[in-house]
Amino acid sequence: MLSKKQARAFFLGGTLVTFLVFIGLTIYSFSKGQDQSNYGEITEQVVRGKNIWETNNCMGCHTILGEGAYYAPELTKVIDRRGEGYIKAVLMSPVPWGPNGRKMVAYGMSDQEAEDVIAFFDWIDDIDLNGFDTVVSPLAKDKVNN
Amino acid sequence: MKYKSQKVAYWFFALSMLLLTLQITYGFIMGFARIGFDNLHEFIPFNTARAVHTNLLVVWLLSGFMGAAYYIIPEEAQRELVNVKLAYVQLISLALVGVVAIIGFHFNIWEGRKFLEIPRPLDYLVVVNVLLFLGLILTTLFKGKRQTTTALVLSMGLLFAALLYLPGMLPFDSQVMDSFFRWWVVHLWVEGVWELIMGGILSFLLIKLTGVDREVIEKWLYVIVGLTFLSGVLGTGHHYYYIGVNKIWIIVGGIFSALEPLAFLAMALFAVNMYRKGEKKHPNKLALYWTLGAAIVSFVGAGLLGFAHTLPQTNLYTHGTLVTAMHGHLAFWGAYGMIVIAIISYSLPNMTGRKLYESSIGRAAFWCANIGMIGMTVAFGVAGVAQVYLERKFKMDFMAVQNEISIHFVVLVLCASLFTLGVVFYIIDFYKHGLPTDEALEEGNL
Repeated sequence: MLSKKQARAFFLGGTLVTFLVFIGLTIYSFSKGQDQSNYGEITEQVVRGKNIWETNNCMGCHTILGEGAYYAPELTKVIDRRGEGYIKAVLMSPVPWGPNGRKMVAYGMSDQEAEDVIAFFDWIDDIDLNGFDTVVSPLAKDKVNN
Repeated sequence: MKYKSQKVAYWFFALSMLLLTLQITYGFIMGFARIGFDNLHEFIPFNTARAVHTNLLVVWLLSGFMGAAYYIIPEEAQRELVNVKLAYVQLISLALVGVVAIIGFHFNIWEGRKFLEIPRPLDYLVVVNVLLFLGLILTTLFKGKRQTTTALVLSMGLLFAALLYLPGMLPFDSQVMDSFFRWWVVHLWVEGVWELIMGGILSFLLIKLTGVDREVIEKWLYVIVGLTFLSGVLGTGHHYYYIGVNKIWIIVGGIFSALEPLAFLAMALFAVNMYRKGEKKHPNKLALYWTLGAAIVSFVGAGLLGFAHTLPQTNLYTHGTLVTAMHGHLAFWGAYGMIVIAIISYSLPNMTGRKLYESSIGRAAFWCANIGMIGMTVAFGVAGVAQVYLERKFKMDFMAVQNEISIHFVVLVLCASLFTLGVVFYIIDFYKHGLPTDEALEEGNL
């Protein structure tokens, strides 16, 4: 029968081993040859766009890379689906955008700010998502099927 | 109650109950918005309500864990808390940081990162607050007459929870890296170190309520927390399947996520077996209900529903849908909400001296809250599965799908009302116990 000492060794040993493997896999994931996110293509404009995304808590309604609040549409591949003009109109709208009855906060962004957010979406669109992009975007799915 | 300083726990529990009430209020704002009644949009848009709802969840649970530690550690270490005044300072500063953060959310002051919305300057205050808490708890523990496994596991959970807050404060230019390390905080909290806290509290409660030998209970505690880390640390990979990192996480995350229910199953079996084995029949039946309930509901919510949602083949379709909300609600409630309520139910009569062990309002609170939460989970689940099929399989437009599934949110609000009724009953019962008093000290400790 298992003793308390053995149970403690199982806890401490198991934790240590799995944590070391976890750290190793993290380092491996972000090593140069394994990058799937086009990290080198992150420009200052993309970073500004990400900053706007965060400071307005867009993730509090939308999802991106499948993460967020499921209240408003997924924005991965949104440029494919809607086009830049539509996105700019939404971001720059001085009144709450809500053509389908669900309102978005009226951010009234400047042209530059809207361009920054679009640059951020554009960078997101080129990330290799292990197949998730084909599920969230009808256009991407069509590309795969054809 | 054995030590006067344990009374400080009462105020952490009272803060917990207050914040839970507020959390539910903001949950209703979101529920109604999803049905189409978004009348508060101008003042409380959905993203504000959502940030308040999730952050209050974290803070009321943390306040409950802290209260649990202030109650359990002196009793386990067999000495008074080293400094009661500082514990009250810590309580007030925790409440202030929480209130300032929540007010800030209403004025677009946040970080906009799910679960970690608190703005950076307040993060530093959180760190100071938690350091103060840990200082008090660990000093009490190591100055005490004994360091039990229960106390060590609980303290280790609290210490790691504090350390794991730090990766969430790292700035990244890449959304992928941001997301990757955000899960170090959120996942390793809820499917890692918080389970140590839950295990520590559960062990304390089972020792007190069943009378089973401490050595037996603590041996199994090690096995359970061992299983938790063995599966949970690499199980973090289920958040990495589809966010733009290497496919290796699909394999590693898939395997270890599938093992995660084992820890919760072990916890449920452990609690039920200890109850059966126990010869001591503690009169505090309500505490027993909540204790066994936490072990069983967490297995269903966190274990089974988590397993169903995180299989890579399923998650490809359910990632980023309401299926996550289904799993999240029952998992948080079962694993952490119920264990906090269990320790409150056990300690409250001991701190106030009012032995209201078998009140009908207490039983009604248990059943209404749990049936309500199960109903909410089903409503989220039906809405989520419908969303997956319509949006991801049949490629319908997002809002067209949302309109189709809005009826399930009417059901959700109805079930949430039953859940709220249960919480209201519980708070009435809490209030009826009165305030903590030194007169409640056990004989021999006066």
